[in-house]
Amino acid sequence: MSAPNNSFDPVEVAPLHPDEVARMREEALAAIAAAGDLDELKEVRLAHASDRSPLALANREIGALPPAAKADAGKRVGGARRDVGQALKARQAVLEAERDERVLVEERVDVTLPWDRAPLGARHPLTAIAERMADIFVGMGFDIAEGPEIEAEWFNFDALNFLPDHPARTMQDTFFVENPDGGESGLVMRTHTSPVQVRALLERELPVYVVAPGTTFRTDELDATHSPVFHQLEGLAVDKGITLAHLRGAIDAFVGAMFGEGLRTRFRASYFPFTEPSAEVDMECFACRGASVGDPDAPCRTCSSEGWIEIGGCGVVNPRVLTAAGVDPEVYSGWAFGLGIERTLMFAHGVRDMHDMVEGDIRFTSAFGSES
Amino acid sequence: MRVPMTWLREYVDLPSDVTARDLAARLTLAGLEVETVDELGSDITGPIVYGRILAIEELTGFKKPIRFCRVDVGAANGTGEPQEIVCGARNFSEGDLVVVCLPGAQLPGGFRIGARKTYGKTSAGMICSATELGLWEDHEGIVVLPEGFGGVGADAIGPLGLREDVLDIAVTPDRGYALSLRGVARDAAALYGADLRDPAAVDVPEPAGEGCPATVDARLCGRYVLRGVSGFDPEAPTPLWMKRRLHQSGVRPISLAVDVTNYVMLELGQPLHAWDRSTITGTLQVRAAARGEKLETLDHVKRTLDPDDIVIADDSGPVNIAGVMGGLTTEISLASTEVLVEAAHFGAMHIARTSRRHQLSSESSRRFERGVDSAVQLAAATRAVGLLAELGGASVEAAYTHVDRSAAREPIRIPADHASAVAGTDYPAGTAERWLRTMGCEVAADGDALAVVPPTWRPDLTDPNDLAEEVIRLEGYENIPSIPPVVPSGRGLTADQRLRRAVGRTLAATGYNEVLCYPFVGERDLDGLQLAADDARRVSMRLANPLSEEEPLLRTTLLPGLFKTLARNVGRGFPDVALFETGLVYRPKPGATRAPLLPVDRGPSAEELALIDAALPDQPRRVGAVLAGAVERRGWWGPGREALWADAIQAARDIARVAGVELEVAADEHAPWHPGRCAALYVRSGGERLLVGHAGELHPRTVKAFALPERTAAVEVELDLIERARGAVTAPRVSTYPVATQDVALIVGESVPVGAVSAALAQGAGELLESIRLFDVYTGEQAGPGRKSVAFTLRFRAHDRTLTAEETGAAREAAVASAVEHTGAVQRA
Repeated sequence: MSAPNNSFDPVEVAPLHPDEVARMREEALAAIAAAGDLDELKEVRLAHASDRSPLALANREIGALPPAAKADAGKRVGGARRDVGQALKARQAVLEAERDERVLVEERVDVTLPWDRAPLGARHPLTAIAERMADIFVGMGFDIAEGPEIEAEWFNFDALNFLPDHPARTMQDTFFVENPDGGESGLVMRTHTSPVQVRALLERELPVYVVAPGTTFRTDELDATHSPVFHQLEGLAVDKGITLAHLRGAIDAFVGAMFGEGLRTRFRASYFPFTEPSAEVDMECFACRGASVGDPDAPCRTCSSEGWIEIGGCGVVNPRVLTAAGVDPEVYSGWAFGLGIERTLMFAHGVRDMHDMVEGDIRFTSAFGSES
Repeated sequence: MRVPMTWLREYVDLPSDVTARDLAARLTLAGLEVETVDELGSDITGPIVYGRILAIEELTGFKKPIRFCRVDVGAANGTGEPQEIVCGARNFSEGDLVVVCLPGAQLPGGFRIGARKTYGKTSAGMICSATELGLWEDHEGIVVLPEGFGGVGADAIGPLGLREDVLDIAVTPDRGYALSLRGVARDAAALYGADLRDPAAVDVPEPAGEGCPATVDARLCGRYVLRGVSGFDPEAPTPLWMKRRLHQSGVRPISLAVDVTNYVMLELGQPLHAWDRSTITGTLQVRAAARGEKLETLDHVKRTLDPDDIVIADDSGPVNIAGVMGGLTTEISLASTEVLVEAAHFGAMHIARTSRRHQLSSESSRRFERGVDSAVQLAAATRAVGLLAELGGASVEAAYTHVDRSAAREPIRIPADHASAVAGTDYPAGTAERWLRTMGCEVAADGDALAVVPPTWRPDLTDPNDLAEEVIRLEGYENIPSIPPVVPSGRGLTADQRLRRAVGRTLAATGYNEVLCYPFVGERDLDGLQLAADDARRVSMRLANPLSEEEPLLRTTLLPGLFKTLARNVGRGFPDVALFETGLVYRPKPGATRAPLLPVDRGPSAEELALIDAALPDQPRRVGAVLAGAVERRGWWGPGREALWADAIQAARDIARVAGVELEVAADEHAPWHPGRCAALYVRSGGERLLVGHAGELHPRTVKAFALPERTAAVEVELDLIERARGAVTAPRVSTYPVATQDVALIVGESVPVGAVSAALAQGAGELLESIRLFDVYTGEQAGPGRKSVAFTLRFRAHDRTLTAEETGAAREAAVASAVEHTGAVQRA
């Protein structure tokens, strides 16, 4: 280490002269302000803020000054370098922001371009609406019951109080099933989901509250309103002390959930062998709410200006059915209903022709997404 | 049942302001569903008047004889001059009273009448036929009215009954009584609280001696009545009002004797038969047919009778199939002067079976099988012979036959509040009694119970709930309150119900569209699948009465329906299609016997249910999918990708994945798949390997048979088996230590399945292996002839530490060693 150079006169060191420091500072700041992009700024940084820049070189001279002069010169040069550093940082931020702005603009894309490389499929609207219908009852506490589609005649008819020769038995146009060798099987394609009532009563502990969505079969040729294969939602409640009023309550809850709150329902006396009393259920047309009745100027497509839409059949489980299913009708009573799933879909979505529901045209199916 | 309103009003005093539509609405709510209200003649406008033929001028020189008539229509034409009308009919003479439609009038069907030039004359109006007036169908020419029917020039629309509202009621099978004016009138009267005039309330004097001899089998017929008339004028016309009502009710007028029996049937619901008595020999017998007996019925069909058929026979043999159709030889004819009318109460089930057996449904059989009044026969026969006497100039024979084998009905006992309990509402005391009496029941109160004997016309009322229904429907179904049921909490969906939904959603989300195909197939479909003669899928349940003779079989596989639906979509311009279906297939049990008809007066035993189960085919639930065309489309991003066998197998993997089940894939040869591009799909259940289905590319012959796009791929798996393989999932431990990744490239024989290599590597890699994934397959020069190069990425991770390079290397070596040992692999340098 050398001894301090006390004889050195600071004023004789030109770069540390206050005027000179101020000039270097001004020059640097002007160059920074003049830098038009990040590359220019980089050069400015080299010229004015690197180890070889005039201010850095000036700073080195401070060490050689006598102690009395050091503080003053250090303060002067340090202030200038700090100002230059701050200006550089600020300019850097501005130029980076400008660059980012430009790049983001350049990277703009057309977001309306399609990306249907691998399009989604869809569930069949009948499946989806059947689930929705069933789930309304599941929400009330019902379980979902099932049964075979090829069914014993006894389950499809006899146990449901269709007497062997009663006209009601021929009312439902039945597909009769033969064994592979052509022999009699005693089986039919189930004409309704009602045999599931009997199966549910045989398989489950009482009380029984079930719905049974399923495929059913009748010998109707396919046309706009008929199909030999169609779908029903069966409902069954067997418990102590339940009545038609509860049945109506359940149907009302379903209609409210499915078609909208506040729609009226109406029972009409009817006949089914497995319920007594029996009723057809109509609901107020959700489209016109009855406004189209007697108004030829505003006809309603949904209800044909009837004001009511038939949605299914129902009734008090015939005690004979309970007996055949091994349930004591003196202790238990029940009610049952059957709702048409195709009908429900037709009403809910304005399906005009049964063909659309059976042909499997992907245009029809995909229109619904996977929930109906 | 068609019910003309004016006829109905003869029996029930409905308030005059009640319209047919009002009544229809009330009846419908009460169980007699009025399908339509036909407003017959509502489009008729006058002037339609009576006219008298003053002069007839025969016009000649035309293709057919034509008459130019001068008709007196009084002042109806405004001038009082005779109306000049050209007429093609010939069944009238000068002086006859006819119906004249004047210019400006409109006939049914919007047929407007004007004055027009025809046959060289001006015809100012029309002399009308019954058909033109909408009265009934006939081709006999114009209507010639009996003298005194109406005054010349007076309006004829009202008196002829050209306007009539007719209710068309779809009668349910239980309400046989409503197949009569009498029955509908009773319900209408009850609904409006109006008085009923029972048309069956006919005075019947005691028989003055023995009528036609008859023997009756009481098991087949509860009541048998024969009444005769003599001196009947076979040419006497049926009066206009009767023909009109028959026509409005949907029955064709034929002759007075036949029309009278039909009229009384409509009125009282009792089918009647009329014989020409001179054709009957000896004693009439109501008996079961003898085996092989034959009868030619009125429809000219020779029928062989069954011992279950009821016949009416005379000494010569059967003359009628009782309650269904008469025989040809004893048919009433236009020469019959002695008419014998039969009114009987035959066993409903017999008639139903006979009707079905002979495929013969008549107005008579329809009523008998739904149940007719068991006591109305005498009234009906008496009413009929009365009409024959009145309208046909006959004299009623005071002697007649009445065999009564009917049994009195036992009362039905119900709690007095039974209807309230069923409906869930409190009807005022006495409500049930009141309505049941209105319906014709005898009701005796016995403390809190009612003993109810239903009327003879209501054989459908047998059970307490039948009586409850009567009360509730007359009180109004619309008045049943709506009370939310209190349902015990449910268990939600079962595991397989949830799985089914999840599988459907997953397939939909991977590009498949769900379809619901008919389960009907034909031999041709099975041939198209290239099934071998002994393939189990050829053994199928069949329909005894298929809609199409081409498709009498019930599917044993979902594929044919999917193929046809795919081809339909392609045909409609959608070449890129992926479809799936979830549904049952029907697999017969070998040697299944007939399912028994179990008793219904008790629950079935376990053994009885087992008999039914044994007869039912297995009905497993399957998922099938089929796809063709591009699964990934081409677009601005670049080229697309065609569907291939691997997509179908992946669909199966996805289905298994949804179930949380591992799917094992192995090469197989199985129709209808391409033998080199077919995978058998397995799952493991309790150590057992279950074949759940197949997937791959379809056999080119199947592609051709179903007109599918080339390279169509398909999969079919049995969901029930996948469901069976499901187990409880134990949550994995998720390690947060770093992963160590190692790539392995191996050369194996070309025929070695990648699945086997992958399994061998995994087995050797041990517990540290987190995952293994194939990233390249290469065949070519570098691999060597008959060899292929396969490259995998193995990821290793430990639960408790960061793996060292040595540990990872050792695991990799072990994996490779296993592959070398099990698949003959050689590690690539």
